[in-house]
Amino acid sequence: MADSGDIALPDTSTPGVPRIELRDVKKRFGHKRVLNGVSFKVMPGESLVIIGGSGTGKSVTLKCILGIIRCDSGQILLDGQPDDSSDRRTFLKQFGMLFQGGALFDSLSVWQNVAFRLRHARRPMPRKEARERAIEKLRRVGLGPETADLYPAELSGGMQKRVGLARAIATDPRIIFFDEPTAGLDPIMAGVINDLIRELVTEMGATAVTITHDMTTVRTVADHVAMLHDGKVQWFGRIEDMDSATDPYLDQFIHGRATGPIAAIR
Amino acid sequence: MILLRLVVAFLASIGRSTLGLLMATGRLAIFAGNALSQIARPPYYPVELGRQLLSVGYFSLPVVGMTALFTGAALALQIWAGGARFNAGTVVPSIVAIGIVRELGPVLGGLMVAGRVSSSIAAEIGTMRVTEQIDALTTLSTDPMKYLVLPRVLAGILAVPVLVAIGDVIGIFGGYLIGTTRLGFNSGAYIKNTLDFLTATDIASSLVKACAFGFILTLMGCYHGYHSGRGAQGVGAATTNAVVSASILILAANYVLTEAFF
Ligand SMILES: Nc1ncnc2c1ncn2[C@@H]1O[C@H](COP(=O)(O)OP(=O)(O)O)[C@@H](O)[C@H]1O
Ligand SMILES: [Mg+2]
Repeated sequence: MADSGDIALPDTSTPGVPRIELRDVKKRFGHKRVLNGVSFKVMPGESLVIIGGSGTGKSVTLKCILGIIRCDSGQILLDGQPDDSSDRRTFLKQFGMLFQGGALFDSLSVWQNVAFRLRHARRPMPRKEARERAIEKLRRVGLGPETADLYPAELSGGMQKRVGLARAIATDPRIIFFDEPTAGLDPIMAGVINDLIRELVTEMGATAVTITHDMTTVRTVADHVAMLHDGKVQWFGRIEDMDSATDPYLDQFIHGRATGPIAAIR
Repeated sequence: MILLRLVVAFLASIGRSTLGLLMATGRLAIFAGNALSQIARPPYYPVELGRQLLSVGYFSLPVVGMTALFTGAALALQIWAGGARFNAGTVVPSIVAIGIVRELGPVLGGLMVAGRVSSSIAAEIGTMRVTEQIDALTTLSTDPMKYLVLPRVLAGILAVPVLVAIGDVIGIFGGYLIGTTRLGFNSGAYIKNTLDFLTATDIASSLVKACAFGFILTLMGCYHGYHSGRGAQGVGAATTNAVVSASILILAANYVLTEAFF
Protein backbone atom coordinates (compact mmCIF):
# COMPACT_ATOMS: atom_id res chain seq x y z
CA MET A 1 0.00 0.00 0.00
CA ALA A 2 2.17 2.89 1.20
CA ASP A 3 5.26 3.10 -0.95
CA SER A 4 7.53 5.11 1.34
CA GLY A 5 8.93 2.79 3.95
CA ASP A 6 8.02 4.64 7.10
CA ILE A 7 4.72 6.24 6.12
CA ALA A 8 2.70 3.33 7.39
CA LEU A 9 4.12 0.27 9.05
CA PRO A 10 2.64 -3.17 8.73
CA ASP A 11 0.16 -4.14 11.39
CA THR A 12 1.96 -5.10 14.59
CA SER A 13 -1.06 -6.49 16.35
CA THR A 14 -1.25 -10.07 17.58
CA PRO A 15 -4.62 -11.83 17.44
CA GLY A 16 -6.06 -12.24 20.90
CA VAL A 17 -3.89 -9.52 22.43
CA PRO A 18 -5.67 -6.22 23.04
CA ARG A 19 -4.35 -3.40 20.87
CA ILE A 20 -5.05 -1.04 23.70
CA GLU A 21 -5.55 -1.84 27.33
CA LEU A 22 -5.99 0.58 30.20
CA ARG A 23 -5.56 -0.65 33.76
CA ASP A 24 -6.74 1.59 36.54
CA VAL A 25 -5.58 4.80 34.90
CA LYS A 26 -5.78 7.91 37.07
CA LYS A 27 -5.23 11.52 36.19
CA ARG A 28 -5.83 14.74 38.03
CA PHE A 29 -5.33 18.36 37.07
CA GLY A 30 -4.54 20.33 40.19
CA HIS A 31 -7.24 19.43 42.67
CA LYS A 32 -9.59 18.20 40.00
CA ARG A 33 -9.73 14.44 39.66
CA VAL A 34 -10.60 13.68 36.06
CA LEU A 35 -9.78 9.98 35.66
CA ASN A 36 -10.18 7.92 38.77
CA GLY A 37 -9.30 4.39 37.75
CA VAL A 38 -10.30 3.83 34.14
CA SER A 39 -9.89 0.32 32.73
CA PHE A 40 -10.91 -1.13 29.39
CA LYS A 41 -9.58 -3.16 26.47
CA VAL A 42 -9.86 -2.75 22.72
CA MET A 43 -9.21 -5.89 20.67
CA PRO A 44 -7.69 -5.72 17.15
CA GLY A 45 -10.22 -4.80 14.48
CA GLU A 46 -12.78 -3.76 17.02
CA SER A 47 -14.63 -0.50 17.37
CA LEU A 48 -15.10 0.96 20.82
CA VAL A 49 -17.31 3.95 21.42
CA ILE A 50 -16.79 6.03 24.55
CA ILE A 51 -19.80 7.98 25.73
CA GLY A 52 -20.29 10.21 28.74
CA GLY A 53 -21.23 13.73 29.73
CA SER A 54 -19.04 16.61 28.66
CA GLY A 55 -16.07 17.13 30.92
CA THR A 56 -15.99 13.53 32.13
CA GLY A 57 -12.51 13.03 30.73
CA LYS A 58 -13.15 11.29 27.43
CA SER A 59 -10.65 13.41 25.51
CA VAL A 60 -8.18 13.15 28.38
CA THR A 61 -8.45 9.35 28.19
CA LEU A 62 -7.46 9.36 24.52
CA LYS A 63 -4.59 11.76 25.16
CA CYS A 64 -3.29 9.53 27.94
CA ILE A 65 -3.23 6.59 25.54
CA LEU A 66 -1.27 8.72 23.06
CA GLY A 67 1.16 9.90 25.71
CA ILE A 68 0.26 13.54 25.03
CA ILE A 69 -0.89 13.67 28.64
CA ARG A 70 1.00 11.59 31.16
CA CYS A 71 -1.30 9.76 33.53
CA ASP A 72 -0.56 9.88 37.26
CA SER A 73 -0.90 6.15 37.88
CA GLY A 74 -2.15 2.98 36.26
CA GLN A 75 -0.93 1.16 33.18
CA ILE A 76 -1.50 1.62 29.49
CA LEU A 77 -0.59 -1.37 27.33
CA LEU A 78 -0.23 -1.10 23.58
CA ASP A 79 -0.26 -4.50 21.85
CA GLY A 80 0.26 -6.03 25.26
CA GLN A 81 3.43 -4.04 25.91
CA PRO A 82 3.71 -1.39 28.59
CA ASP A 83 4.21 1.77 26.60
CA ASP A 84 7.64 3.27 26.55
CA SER A 85 8.51 5.93 24.06
CA SER A 86 9.96 3.69 21.34
CA ASP A 87 6.89 1.44 21.33
CA ARG A 88 4.76 4.50 21.22
CA ARG A 89 6.60 5.75 18.13
CA THR A 90 5.89 2.48 16.37
CA PHE A 91 2.31 2.68 17.55
CA LEU A 92 1.90 6.23 16.29
CA LYS A 93 3.11 5.27 12.84
CA GLN A 94 0.05 3.07 12.34
CA PHE A 95 -2.19 5.62 13.91
CA GLY A 96 -4.52 8.45 12.97
CA MET A 97 -6.55 10.80 15.09
CA LEU A 98 -9.33 13.29 14.58
CA PHE A 99 -9.20 15.94 17.29
CA GLN A 100 -12.29 17.41 18.87
CA GLY A 101 -11.51 20.87 17.48
CA GLY A 102 -10.05 19.63 14.19
CA ALA A 103 -6.54 20.86 15.12
CA LEU A 104 -5.70 21.69 11.51
CA PHE A 105 -2.40 23.45 10.86
CA ASP A 106 -3.54 26.91 9.91
CA SER A 107 -0.32 27.81 8.11
CA LEU A 108 -0.89 24.99 5.62
CA SER A 109 -3.54 24.60 2.94
CA VAL A 110 -6.20 21.92 3.19
CA TRP A 111 -4.46 19.41 0.96
CA GLN A 112 -1.14 19.98 2.73
CA ASN A 113 -2.88 19.28 6.00
CA VAL A 114 -4.36 16.05 4.70
CA ALA A 115 -1.07 14.97 3.14
CA PHE A 116 1.03 16.15 6.09
CA ARG A 117 2.23 12.74 7.07
CA LEU A 118 3.01 11.72 3.50
CA ARG A 119 4.99 14.91 2.90
CA HIS A 120 6.86 14.92 6.21
CA ALA A 121 7.94 11.31 6.36
CA ARG A 122 11.61 10.46 6.29
CA ARG A 123 11.20 9.83 2.58
CA PRO A 124 8.48 12.27 1.55
CA MET A 125 5.98 11.32 -1.12
CA PRO A 126 6.30 13.50 -4.25
CA ARG A 127 4.10 16.57 -4.13
CA LYS A 128 1.83 15.66 -7.04
CA GLU A 129 1.14 12.16 -5.83
CA ALA A 130 0.53 13.35 -2.26
CA ARG A 131 -1.88 15.97 -3.51
CA GLU A 132 -3.83 13.39 -5.47
CA ARG A 133 -4.02 11.17 -2.43
CA ALA A 134 -5.23 14.10 -0.36
CA ILE A 135 -7.96 14.96 -2.86
CA GLU A 136 -9.09 11.34 -2.89
CA LYS A 137 -9.34 11.34 0.91
CA LEU A 138 -11.19 14.66 0.87
CA ARG A 139 -13.70 13.12 -1.51
CA ARG A 140 -14.31 10.31 0.96
CA VAL A 141 -15.32 12.79 3.64
CA GLY A 142 -17.60 14.64 1.23
CA LEU A 143 -15.36 17.53 0.23
CA GLY A 144 -14.71 18.43 -3.42
CA PRO A 145 -11.30 19.09 -4.99
CA GLU A 146 -12.00 22.85 -4.90
CA THR A 147 -11.44 22.81 -1.13
CA ALA A 148 -7.89 21.44 -1.55
CA ASP A 149 -6.22 24.82 -1.95
CA LEU A 150 -8.23 26.69 0.67
CA TYR A 151 -6.79 27.41 4.12
CA PRO A 152 -8.40 26.07 7.31
CA ALA A 153 -9.49 29.57 8.35
CA GLU A 154 -11.63 29.76 5.21
CA LEU A 155 -13.67 26.69 6.14
CA SER A 156 -16.72 26.27 8.34
CA GLY A 157 -16.37 24.30 11.56
CA GLY A 158 -18.01 21.22 10.07
CA MET A 159 -15.74 21.35 7.03
CA GLN A 160 -12.68 21.67 9.26
CA LYS A 161 -13.84 18.60 11.12
CA ARG A 162 -14.04 16.66 7.89
CA VAL A 163 -10.60 17.82 6.76
CA GLY A 164 -9.33 16.63 10.13
CA LEU A 165 -10.96 13.30 9.44
CA ALA A 166 -9.39 13.11 5.98
CA ARG A 167 -6.00 13.84 7.57
CA ALA A 168 -6.55 11.11 10.16
CA ILE A 169 -7.22 8.47 7.49
CA ALA A 170 -4.72 9.72 4.89
CA THR A 171 -2.22 6.91 5.42
CA ASP A 172 -4.85 4.18 5.94
CA PRO A 173 -3.94 3.78 9.61
CA ARG A 174 -4.49 0.56 11.54
CA ILE A 175 -5.70 2.36 14.65
CA ILE A 176 -7.90 5.43 14.57
CA PHE A 177 -9.24 7.70 17.31
CA PHE A 178 -12.18 9.96 16.56
CA ASP A 179 -13.01 12.67 19.07
CA GLU A 180 -16.62 13.70 18.43
CA PRO A 181 -16.48 13.12 14.67
CA THR A 182 -20.05 14.24 13.98
CA ALA A 183 -20.34 17.20 16.35
CA GLY A 184 -21.20 20.30 14.33
CA LEU A 185 -22.22 18.38 11.20
CA ASP A 186 -25.67 18.31 9.61
CA PRO A 187 -27.52 14.98 9.95
CA ILE A 188 -26.79 13.89 6.40
CA MET A 189 -23.08 14.57 6.63
CA ALA A 190 -23.07 12.93 10.06
CA GLY A 191 -24.54 9.85 8.38
CA VAL A 192 -21.80 9.89 5.75
CA ILE A 193 -19.12 10.11 8.44
CA ASN A 194 -20.69 7.35 10.53
CA ASP A 195 -20.75 5.04 7.52
CA LEU A 196 -17.16 5.95 6.72
CA ILE A 197 -15.98 5.03 10.21
CA ARG A 198 -17.89 1.75 10.08
CA GLU A 199 -16.35 1.04 6.68
CA LEU A 200 -12.83 1.68 7.96
CA VAL A 201 -13.41 -0.86 10.69
CA THR A 202 -15.19 -3.56 8.72
CA GLU A 203 -13.41 -3.27 5.38
CA MET A 204 -9.95 -2.13 6.37
CA GLY A 205 -9.94 -4.06 9.64
CA ALA A 206 -8.84 -0.97 11.55
CA THR A 207 -9.17 -0.66 15.30
CA ALA A 208 -11.20 2.40 16.24
CA VAL A 209 -11.98 4.34 19.40
CA THR A 210 -14.68 6.94 18.94
CA ILE A 211 -15.89 9.54 21.41
CA THR A 212 -19.39 10.79 20.77
CA HIS A 213 -22.60 12.17 22.25
CA ASP A 214 -24.49 11.21 19.14
CA MET A 215 -26.55 8.06 19.70
CA THR A 216 -26.78 7.45 15.94
CA THR A 217 -22.99 7.30 15.83
CA VAL A 218 -22.99 4.91 18.78
CA ARG A 219 -25.42 2.57 17.03
CA THR A 220 -23.70 2.73 13.63
CA VAL A 221 -20.11 2.53 14.73
CA ALA A 222 -19.82 0.60 17.99
CA ASP A 223 -18.92 -3.01 18.63
CA HIS A 224 -18.46 -2.17 22.28
CA VAL A 225 -19.57 0.80 24.32
CA ALA A 226 -17.86 2.27 27.38
CA MET A 227 -19.64 4.87 29.39
CA LEU A 228 -17.47 7.17 31.47
CA HIS A 229 -18.92 8.75 34.56
CA ASP A 230 -17.21 10.31 37.53
CA GLY A 231 -13.75 9.27 36.43
CA LYS A 232 -14.59 5.61 35.97
CA VAL A 233 -16.04 3.28 33.36
CA GLN A 234 -19.62 3.16 34.56
CA TRP A 235 -20.79 0.65 32.00
CA PHE A 236 -18.93 -1.47 29.45
CA GLY A 237 -20.58 -3.90 27.11
CA ARG A 238 -21.49 -4.96 23.62
CA ILE A 239 -23.68 -2.64 21.62
CA GLU A 240 -26.38 -5.36 21.38
CA ASP A 241 -26.62 -5.37 25.16
CA MET A 242 -26.83 -1.64 25.55
CA ASP A 243 -30.61 -1.29 25.24
CA SER A 244 -31.39 -4.11 27.61
CA ALA A 245 -28.86 -2.93 30.19
CA THR A 246 -30.32 -1.92 33.51
CA ASP A 247 -27.62 0.52 34.55
CA PRO A 248 -29.52 3.67 35.55
CA TYR A 249 -26.64 5.97 34.48
CA LEU A 250 -26.48 4.41 31.03
CA ASP A 251 -30.24 4.47 30.74
CA GLN A 252 -30.42 8.16 31.58
CA PHE A 253 -27.61 8.98 29.15
CA ILE A 254 -28.85 7.10 26.10
CA HIS A 255 -32.36 8.38 26.53
CA GLY A 256 -31.23 11.91 27.29
CA ARG A 257 -33.32 12.28 30.44
CA ALA A 258 -32.83 15.35 32.57
CA THR A 259 -33.64 13.44 35.73
CA GLY A 260 -31.75 10.41 36.99
CA PRO A 261 -28.59 9.53 38.86
CA ILE A 262 -26.47 11.90 36.75
CA ALA A 263 -27.02 15.41 38.09
CA ALA A 264 -27.85 17.77 35.24
CA ILE A 265 -26.32 20.70 37.11
CA ARG A 266 -22.66 20.23 37.86
CA MET B 1 8.83 36.62 68.37
CA ILE B 2 6.96 38.37 65.61
CA LEU B 3 10.22 39.68 64.33
CA LEU B 4 11.64 36.17 64.19
CA ARG B 5 8.62 34.94 62.32
CA LEU B 6 8.94 37.77 59.82
CA VAL B 7 12.59 36.96 59.27
CA VAL B 8 11.77 33.28 58.73
CA ALA B 9 9.00 34.17 56.30
CA PHE B 10 11.36 36.46 54.46
CA LEU B 11 14.05 33.78 54.23
CA ALA B 12 11.48 31.23 53.13
CA SER B 13 10.29 33.49 50.35
CA ILE B 14 13.87 33.97 49.19
CA GLY B 15 14.37 30.23 49.27
CA ARG B 16 11.15 29.64 47.38
CA SER B 17 11.93 32.09 44.64
CA THR B 18 15.49 30.80 44.36
CA LEU B 19 14.18 27.26 44.00
CA GLY B 20 11.63 28.49 41.49
CA LEU B 21 14.34 30.22 39.50
CA LEU B 22 16.54 27.12 39.55
CA MET B 23 13.66 24.95 38.42
CA ALA B 24 12.76 27.34 35.62
CA THR B 25 16.39 27.44 34.56
CA GLY B 26 16.53 23.66 34.56
CA ARG B 27 13.37 23.35 32.50
CA LEU B 28 14.64 25.91 30.03
CA ALA B 29 18.00 24.14 29.76
CA ILE B 30 16.30 20.81 29.10
CA PHE B 31 14.07 22.45 26.51
CA ALA B 32 17.04 24.07 24.77
CA GLY B 33 19.07 20.86 24.87
CA ASN B 34 16.17 18.87 23.46
CA ALA B 35 15.67 21.37 20.64
CA LEU B 36 19.34 21.55 19.68
CA SER B 37 19.89 17.79 19.90
CA GLN B 38 17.34 17.44 17.10
CA ILE B 39 20.08 18.57 14.71
CA ALA B 40 21.65 15.14 15.09
CA ARG B 41 18.64 13.16 13.91
CA PRO B 42 16.79 13.33 10.60
CA PRO B 43 14.25 14.04 9.18
CA TYR B 44 14.94 17.72 8.61
CA TYR B 45 12.49 20.34 7.49
CA PRO B 46 14.39 22.74 5.21
CA VAL B 47 11.18 24.39 4.00
CA GLU B 48 10.35 25.35 7.56
CA LEU B 49 13.86 26.69 8.12
CA GLY B 50 13.58 28.80 4.97
CA ARG B 51 10.26 30.17 6.10
CA GLN B 52 11.67 31.10 9.50
CA LEU B 53 14.80 32.67 8.00
CA LEU B 54 12.51 34.93 6.01
CA SER B 55 10.36 35.88 8.96
CA VAL B 56 13.14 36.27 11.53
CA GLY B 57 15.74 37.76 9.21
CA TYR B 58 14.44 39.38 6.10
CA PHE B 59 11.30 40.92 7.56
CA SER B 60 13.24 42.33 10.52
CA LEU B 61 15.58 44.30 8.25
CA PRO B 62 13.58 47.55 8.23
CA VAL B 63 13.25 47.59 12.02
CA VAL B 64 16.92 46.87 12.62
CA GLY B 65 18.03 49.28 9.89
CA MET B 66 15.97 52.18 11.26
CA THR B 67 17.08 51.50 14.81
CA ALA B 68 20.73 51.48 13.81
CA LEU B 69 20.48 54.58 11.62
CA PHE B 70 18.92 56.78 14.29
CA THR B 71 21.13 55.40 17.02
CA GLY B 72 24.28 56.05 15.01
CA ALA B 73 23.15 59.58 14.29
CA ALA B 74 22.29 60.36 17.91
CA LEU B 75 25.50 58.75 19.11
CA ALA B 76 27.59 60.99 16.85
CA LEU B 77 25.92 64.09 18.29
CA GLN B 78 26.37 62.93 21.88
CA ILE B 79 30.01 62.05 21.46
CA TRP B 80 30.64 65.35 19.75
CA ALA B 81 29.00 67.17 22.65
CA GLY B 82 30.90 65.11 25.21
CA GLY B 83 34.23 65.21 23.38
CA ALA B 84 34.00 68.99 22.93
CA ARG B 85 34.23 69.40 26.70
CA PHE B 86 37.87 68.37 26.61
CA ASN B 87 38.65 69.36 23.03
CA ALA B 88 38.40 65.83 21.72
CA GLY B 89 35.63 66.21 19.14
CA THR B 90 37.76 64.33 16.62
CA VAL B 91 37.12 61.00 18.36
CA VAL B 92 33.57 60.93 16.96
CA PRO B 93 34.22 58.45 14.11
CA SER B 94 36.11 55.94 16.21
CA ILE B 95 33.81 56.06 19.23
CA VAL B 96 30.71 55.83 17.06
CA ALA B 97 32.19 52.77 15.36
CA ILE B 98 33.16 51.13 18.65
CA GLY B 99 29.88 52.01 20.34
CA ILE B 100 27.76 50.71 17.50
CA VAL B 101 29.73 47.59 16.66
CA ARG B 102 30.59 46.41 20.15
CA GLU B 103 27.47 47.43 22.00
CA LEU B 104 24.54 49.25 20.52
CA GLY B 105 24.25 47.41 17.22
CA PRO B 106 23.83 43.95 18.72
CA VAL B 107 21.95 45.04 21.86
CA LEU B 108 19.44 47.38 20.29
CA GLY B 109 19.12 45.15 17.24
CA GLY B 110 18.59 42.15 19.50
CA LEU B 111 16.00 43.95 21.60
CA MET B 112 14.09 45.18 18.56
CA VAL B 113 14.10 41.73 16.97
CA ALA B 114 13.03 40.27 20.32
CA GLY B 115 10.03 42.60 20.35
CA ARG B 116 9.11 41.57 16.86
CA VAL B 117 10.04 37.92 16.70
CA SER B 118 9.83 36.48 20.23
CA SER B 119 6.27 37.75 20.53
CA SER B 120 5.14 36.40 17.20
CA ILE B 121 6.78 33.01 17.78
CA ALA B 122 5.20 32.75 21.23
CA ALA B 123 1.80 33.73 19.88
CA GLU B 124 2.00 31.30 16.99
CA ILE B 125 3.26 28.31 18.93
CA GLY B 126 0.99 29.17 21.87
CA THR B 127 -2.03 29.19 19.58
CA MET B 128 -0.92 25.87 18.15
CA ARG B 129 -0.70 24.55 21.69
CA VAL B 130 -4.19 25.66 22.75
CA THR B 131 -5.83 24.52 19.51
CA GLU B 132 -4.20 21.07 19.88
CA GLN B 133 -2.11 21.51 16.74
CA ILE B 134 1.00 20.49 18.69
CA ASP B 135 -0.76 17.34 19.87
CA ALA B 136 -1.78 16.71 16.28
CA LEU B 137 1.86 16.91 15.18
CA THR B 138 2.72 14.17 17.66
CA THR B 139 -0.04 11.93 16.35
CA LEU B 140 1.31 12.50 12.83
CA SER B 141 4.70 11.11 13.96
CA THR B 142 6.29 14.56 13.70
CA ASP B 143 8.30 15.78 16.65
CA PRO B 144 7.17 19.34 17.48
CA MET B 145 10.66 20.07 18.78
CA LYS B 146 12.09 19.20 15.40
CA TYR B 147 9.34 20.71 13.27
CA LEU B 148 8.51 23.88 15.20
CA VAL B 149 11.31 24.73 17.62
CA LEU B 150 14.53 23.77 15.84
CA PRO B 151 13.87 25.73 12.61
CA ARG B 152 13.01 28.86 14.59
CA VAL B 153 16.02 28.65 16.89
CA LEU B 154 18.35 27.92 13.98
CA ALA B 155 16.87 30.83 12.05
CA GLY B 156 17.60 33.07 15.04
CA ILE B 157 21.19 31.88 15.34
CA LEU B 158 21.81 32.29 11.61
CA ALA B 159 19.80 35.37 10.73
CA VAL B 160 20.39 37.73 13.65
CA PRO B 161 24.19 38.01 13.07
CA VAL B 162 23.50 38.97 9.46
CA LEU B 163 20.92 41.50 10.61
CA VAL B 164 23.30 42.92 13.18
CA ALA B 165 26.15 43.12 10.67
CA ILE B 166 23.92 45.11 8.36
CA GLY B 167 22.74 47.17 11.32
CA ASP B 168 26.34 47.91 12.32
CA VAL B 169 27.10 49.24 8.85
CA ILE B 170 23.92 51.34 8.80
CA GLY B 171 24.62 52.64 12.31
CA ILE B 172 28.12 53.76 11.36
CA PHE B 173 26.61 55.32 8.27
CA GLY B 174 24.17 57.25 10.51
CA GLY B 175 27.11 58.65 12.43
CA TYR B 176 28.87 59.44 9.18
CA LEU B 177 25.85 61.37 7.88
CA ILE B 178 25.75 63.57 10.98
CA GLY B 179 29.53 63.82 11.14
CA THR B 180 29.90 65.06 7.58
CA THR B 181 26.80 67.24 7.35
CA ARG B 182 26.54 68.74 10.82
CA LEU B 183 29.90 68.38 12.52
CA GLY B 184 32.16 69.37 9.64
CA PHE B 185 34.10 66.13 9.22
CA ASN B 186 35.75 65.43 5.90
CA SER B 187 34.03 62.44 4.30
CA GLY B 188 37.20 60.51 3.38
CA ALA B 189 38.80 61.16 6.76
CA TYR B 190 35.70 59.98 8.62
CA ILE B 191 35.65 56.68 6.76
CA LYS B 192 39.41 56.17 7.07
CA ASN B 193 39.29 56.96 10.77
CA THR B 194 36.50 54.42 11.28
CA LEU B 195 38.18 51.65 9.31
CA ASP B 196 41.60 52.19 10.90
CA PHE B 197 40.15 52.07 14.35
CA LEU B 198 37.93 48.99 14.22
CA THR B 199 39.62 45.66 14.97
CA ALA B 200 38.67 42.13 14.12
CA THR B 201 37.84 41.54 17.78
CA ASP B 202 35.28 44.34 17.72
CA ILE B 203 33.54 42.74 14.78
CA ALA B 204 33.79 39.24 16.21
CA SER B 205 32.32 40.49 19.47
CA SER B 206 29.40 42.01 17.57
CA LEU B 207 28.66 38.82 15.69
CA VAL B 208 29.09 36.48 18.65
CA LYS B 209 26.70 38.63 20.65
CA ALA B 210 24.26 38.60 17.76
CA CYS B 211 24.37 34.80 17.57
CA ALA B 212 23.70 34.52 21.28
CA PHE B 213 20.86 37.04 21.16
CA GLY B 214 19.32 35.32 18.15
CA PHE B 215 19.38 32.06 20.08
CA ILE B 216 17.91 33.66 23.20
CA LEU B 217 15.09 35.53 21.52
CA THR B 218 13.86 32.63 19.41
CA LEU B 219 14.27 30.16 22.27
CA MET B 220 12.22 32.32 24.61
CA GLY B 221 9.48 32.68 22.02
CA CYS B 222 9.38 28.90 21.49
CA TYR B 223 9.63 28.04 25.18
CA HIS B 224 6.83 30.30 26.34
CA GLY B 225 4.62 29.44 23.38
CA TYR B 226 5.20 25.73 23.90
CA HIS B 227 4.25 25.95 27.57
CA SER B 228 1.40 28.35 26.96
CA GLY B 229 -1.55 28.18 29.34
CA ARG B 230 -5.02 27.38 28.11
CA GLY B 231 -7.15 29.77 26.09
CA ALA B 232 -6.56 33.23 24.66
CA GLN B 233 -5.40 34.45 28.05
CA GLY B 234 -2.69 31.79 28.16
CA VAL B 235 -1.39 32.83 24.75
CA GLY B 236 -1.42 36.50 25.76
CA ALA B 237 0.62 35.77 28.88
CA ALA B 238 3.02 33.59 26.89
CA THR B 239 3.61 36.42 24.43
CA THR B 240 4.34 38.98 27.16
CA ASN B 241 6.59 36.59 29.06
CA ALA B 242 8.51 35.75 25.91
CA VAL B 243 9.35 39.39 25.13
CA VAL B 244 10.15 40.34 28.72
CA SER B 245 12.34 37.33 29.43
CA ALA B 246 14.07 37.56 26.04
CA SER B 247 14.88 41.23 26.64
CA ILE B 248 16.24 40.69 30.14
CA LEU B 249 18.25 37.65 29.10
CA ILE B 250 19.69 39.58 26.16
CA LEU B 251 20.84 42.37 28.44
CA ALA B 252 22.30 39.91 30.94
CA ALA B 253 24.03 37.90 28.22
CA ASN B 254 25.35 41.16 26.79
CA TYR B 255 27.06 41.95 30.05
CA VAL B 256 28.55 38.46 30.32
CA LEU B 257 29.79 38.48 26.73
CA THR B 258 31.20 41.98 27.09
CA GLU B 259 33.21 40.81 30.09
CA ALA B 260 34.42 37.88 28.03
CA PHE B 261 35.62 40.12 25.20
CA PHE B 262 36.95 42.84 27.49
N1 LIG C 1 -4.56 20.26 29.96
C1 LIG C 1 -5.50 20.38 30.91
N2 LIG C 1 -5.26 21.11 32.01
C2 LIG C 1 -6.19 21.23 32.99
N3 LIG C 1 -7.40 20.66 32.95
C3 LIG C 1 -7.71 19.92 31.87
C4 LIG C 1 -6.78 19.74 30.79
N4 LIG C 1 -7.35 18.96 29.84
C5 LIG C 1 -8.59 18.68 30.32
N5 LIG C 1 -8.82 19.24 31.52
C6 LIG C 1 -10.03 19.12 32.35
O1 LIG C 1 -10.38 17.75 32.39
C7 LIG C 1 -11.76 17.58 32.31
C8 LIG C 1 -12.11 16.60 31.23
O2 LIG C 1 -11.82 17.16 29.97
P1 LIG C 1 -12.13 16.40 28.61
O3 LIG C 1 -11.48 15.08 28.62
O4 LIG C 1 -11.74 17.34 27.52
O5 LIG C 1 -13.71 16.25 28.64
P2 LIG C 1 -14.62 15.51 27.58
O6 LIG C 1 -15.09 14.28 28.24
O7 LIG C 1 -15.76 16.45 27.31
O8 LIG C 1 -13.81 15.25 26.37
C9 LIG C 1 -12.36 18.96 32.09
O9 LIG C 1 -12.89 19.41 33.30
C10 LIG C 1 -11.19 19.81 31.69
O10 LIG C 1 -11.35 21.10 32.19
MG1 LIG D 1 -13.74 16.07 24.63
